[in-house]
Amino acid sequence: MLASFWAEMLKLRNRPAAWVLLLVSLVLSQVFNYLVPYAGYLTADNERAAERILMSTMPENFIPNSIGGFPLFAGALALTLGAVSIGSEYGWGTLKTIMFQRPRRMSVYAGELLALAVAVLAIVVSIFALGALTSSAIAASQSESMDWPPLTEIARGVASGWLILMMWCVLGAMLAFLFRGMALPIGLGVVWILGVENLVNVAAPLLDFAEALQRGLPGVNAGSLVSALGGGSDTPGVNSAVDGTQAALVLVAYAVAFVLIAAFALQRRDVT
Amino acid sequence: MGGKDVLVETRDLTKRYGTRIVAVDRVSLTVRRGEVYGFLGPNGAGKTTTMRMLLGLIRPTSGAASVLGRAPGHPESLARVGALVEAPALYPYLSGLDNLRVIARYAGVPEGRIAAALEKVGLTDRSRDRFATYSLGMKQRLGIAAALLKDPELLILDEPTNGLDPAGMVDIRDLIRSLGSGERTVLLSSHMLGEVEQICDRVGVISRGRLIAESTVEELRGKGALLVVAKPLEHARQRAEQLLGAERVEVHDRTLRLDADPATAGQINRELVGAGIEVAELRPMERTLEEAFLAMTDQKGESNVG
Repeated sequence: MLASFWAEMLKLRNRPAAWVLLLVSLVLSQVFNYLVPYAGYLTADNERAAERILMSTMPENFIPNSIGGFPLFAGALALTLGAVSIGSEYGWGTLKTIMFQRPRRMSVYAGELLALAVAVLAIVVSIFALGALTSSAIAASQSESMDWPPLTEIARGVASGWLILMMWCVLGAMLAFLFRGMALPIGLGVVWILGVENLVNVAAPLLDFAEALQRGLPGVNAGSLVSALGGGSDTPGVNSAVDGTQAALVLVAYAVAFVLIAAFALQRRDVT
Repeated sequence: MGGKDVLVETRDLTKRYGTRIVAVDRVSLTVRRGEVYGFLGPNGAGKTTTMRMLLGLIRPTSGAASVLGRAPGHPESLARVGALVEAPALYPYLSGLDNLRVIARYAGVPEGRIAAALEKVGLTDRSRDRFATYSLGMKQRLGIAAALLKDPELLILDEPTNGLDPAGMVDIRDLIRSLGSGERTVLLSSHMLGEVEQICDRVGVISRGRLIAESTVEELRGKGALLVVAKPLEHARQRAEQLLGAERVEVHDRTLRLDADPATAGQINRELVGAGIEVAELRPMERTLEEAFLAMTDQKGESNVG
């Protein structure tokens, strides 16, 4: 498995698409968490509102700021990473090249998952690190105090962010294994994240079954986990439909289910 | 299945897709150590499906196969097999060198072997260029380099000259010949008769999923025939029929065509001359593999080899 992991890391490290996804994640997190609020602070016409906006960008809030976008846009990017990594192996025919080298299919698969887990962790840590840098820069420029959250809270934030993005990433990978390609999984995944989940959220206050369904959706549970870490409910995708513990457990269950379904598909089907 | 000198053996290997499509139909073949085995058949005959089954990529519907004494796809046999299936499938955004690094890691072989493999296929100078920028011939050569990384006992090459220009074909054939000249065993599929004739020691002919012949190139060609130009022609025909039987004598364009072993040419010449016939020309006519193939596939209602 380790040999497969190192081969995957070599591919991911050299893959332009992986770097583009990291760059887009960083840019979007900076724009929505810091640039837009800071511009709002500079142009606010009342002092209280300006103060409130400025406080939201301070280091003490960098955990919810960093993971605020994970249920939606970063989730969609993580799903794309999973779908691109696995789907392109079918598109280029490289899966068959890999499969007749030496390792067993499950060994290759485990290496791929481990490499994706490391890549997702790198994305999460980069978003947190850049968020910390930007918030400290804003605080310094405004001569505000720098009250950082405790390290345990930061670790919890990183772990939760990794869990959310990993769940989306393995969903993308699973769809790529099932559809043996890249385009359809990305399309379906993004429609699910941005469309279906939002429609159920809209229907939830109106219909009982939609409310029950909503509490089981991956995106809603991702949003609830962010909320449990201090994310504001005014952030798109963030909600308090369930508590943080349940949200984490549901996300783990989804991730495990996606991993097992993909493993079954890879093990059972012919590689053509 | 198989003895020590049998590297690949299949018994009634069958692959069906649904109830109507039989891609491979009870194929039983044997590839022996050290030989270059040609797997010959028209496009769509079942060559690639068979090779994929031998590599463990697809599972047979029924029948059995053994590769290097193990079930297809077993890590211990794959460790000793190098393969190129259809077009070389590698990562377009990586350089040739990095592609081989990736393959070496999966295969569990030291990266120190990469330089020798690149040297063998003549790609050392372009190894740092992206795979996407390679010509088709270079891609094929890199695919062969990837197959050589494990220093394999058995090389499985599926249509390695497909899509190449004539010069590229010659390059790849020369390379395969050199690879198969030592202890290494090569299983080569092709729909090109000339290629198989030039490179292979033994041939398995597959048509519509069925193996219709398996033997050496010489055996497949058959013993050939003799062409005789003689006067008077009618007298020569009668004498030849007395010697060989009427069914083994034909007349085409005032030339006798005798279904006889070329080694008997001297004896036939003596008999004709002894009967007062003037023999102006007597020469062996060997069938090409193409003629043999067409004869075989005609019998099976198939003749569309490329």
